[in-house]
Amino acid sequence: MLSLAEAKTVLETALLSSQEPLAIGELRKLFEQEIGADTIRRLLDELRADWSEKGVELVNLASGWRFQTRPAFQPYLERISADKAPRYSRAVLETLAIVAYRQPVTRGDIEEIRGVTVSPNIVRTLEARGWIDVVGHRDAPGRPALYATTKRFLDDLGLRSLQELPPLEEIAKSLDLPAPAGETAAAQPGRPPGDDERAPPEIASAA
Amino acid sequence: MALELVHSQSQPFAKVRGEPLLELPADLYIPPDALEVFLDTFEGPLDLLLYLIRKANIDILDIPMARLTEQYLQYVEVMRHKNLELAAEYLVMAAMLMEIKSRLLLPRPQAADDGELDPRAELVRRLLEYEQMKAAAQKLDRLPQRDRDFLAVEVWIEQSLVERLPDVHVPDLENAWRSLLARARLSRHHKVTRDELSVREHMTGILRLLAGGAFREFVELFDPLRGVAVLVVSFLAVLELARERLIEVTQSGPYAPIYVRIPAVAAETTDARS
Repeated sequence: MLSLAEAKTVLETALLSSQEPLAIGELRKLFEQEIGADTIRRLLDELRADWSEKGVELVNLASGWRFQTRPAFQPYLERISADKAPRYSRAVLETLAIVAYRQPVTRGDIEEIRGVTVSPNIVRTLEARGWIDVVGHRDAPGRPALYATTKRFLDDLGLRSLQELPPLEEIAKSLDLPAPAGETAAAQPGRPPGDDERAPPEIASAA
Repeated sequence: MALELVHSQSQPFAKVRGEPLLELPADLYIPPDALEVFLDTFEGPLDLLLYLIRKANIDILDIPMARLTEQYLQYVEVMRHKNLELAAEYLVMAAMLMEIKSRLLLPRPQAADDGELDPRAELVRRLLEYEQMKAAAQKLDRLPQRDRDFLAVEVWIEQSLVERLPDVHVPDLENAWRSLLARARLSRHHKVTRDELSVREHMTGILRLLAGGAFREFVELFDPLRGVAVLVVSFLAVLELARERLIEVTQSGPYAPIYVRIPAVAAETTDARS
């Protein structure tokens, strides 16, 4: 039976060497279920604190826990890295925002909001990045595909859930606008749907 | 104006001789080099309309349709005039604006239903929604992004997990390499020798045929009766000879017969020697 200190080291090793974020359920397997979830969480918090002075940090994401470099060091890493991270165009980002905040949406919905056709490349780019995927089809002529964001999207942006996205009402405020009081439900600003259910946007509760 | 800030924070519309272009001259004259870049920065008609609205400090909740439509049409006309690829949506929007404008101009019937919407309402809704999403997109982009702002850590594992990969030891590699070598030696001798001899054989044959300096038609060099393989080898021989400049290949025009001969100078020398 491992001591807690040893268990913490095991957790640290597993997280450092894993290719994907590890959820509590996975981490428990390291100890063959002998250590409870709460204990593991406590150890993870300690681990996070242990690494607080390092260039690498332990974060809790949608899919689990992961070590990642701190953004402050990115400029240095870029000097020795061959690959350049992609910079996305406004079109891609606007499409992504619409999917994130209005999911599930069809391409037609996206085009309606943006006012222009959505090129298939944009969708492909986001799908290839693993940030959006098809979650179903709308019961309408043509049975258009419905898009939603993925867990990977949340992980890659350091979010634990869609609730952590910048809320739209705040955006409305910063633009000096009254919240769009459209006649249709689609115009109402809302918090993005919970990441577990792909429900239509709900009315924002007073924060 | 807040939106103006957002615009300039994201990117200048264009740079003319190094200076960022943020403002359009009132009379709409745009230096040609800047125009295409400027208009390229709009994501679509809604984007353009928002720009016009914000720039002119128009109250989006009470848009003067005539004025906005006129400005919008002027821009579209300039774009068309410059023969720029205009997304169809710009023209659709032009039509929509004109329709809204005309609806506003029409006298309201006496028995107008109370539910009669302001014809601008839908446009305003769309503009606001788009503006919101545009801002949301920028905020999303400012969130730390994996690979752009941070990297996932993945420490190299010295030994692969046993279940995933079979155990490979150095002696295994040695044996595999040895058997590869053995096979290569066999086929190498077998293949190359046969092919090389074959082509060289044909090269000699062709040179003998062309001896004396006379022109021969290209097709004479080939004997279809001997099968495809031989044809291919003959062709390779011709190519090789041509490459070594041992023969001359000429054709007087497209689809004219091709002629082959030994180059004149060489022919003389060969004749002299033999």
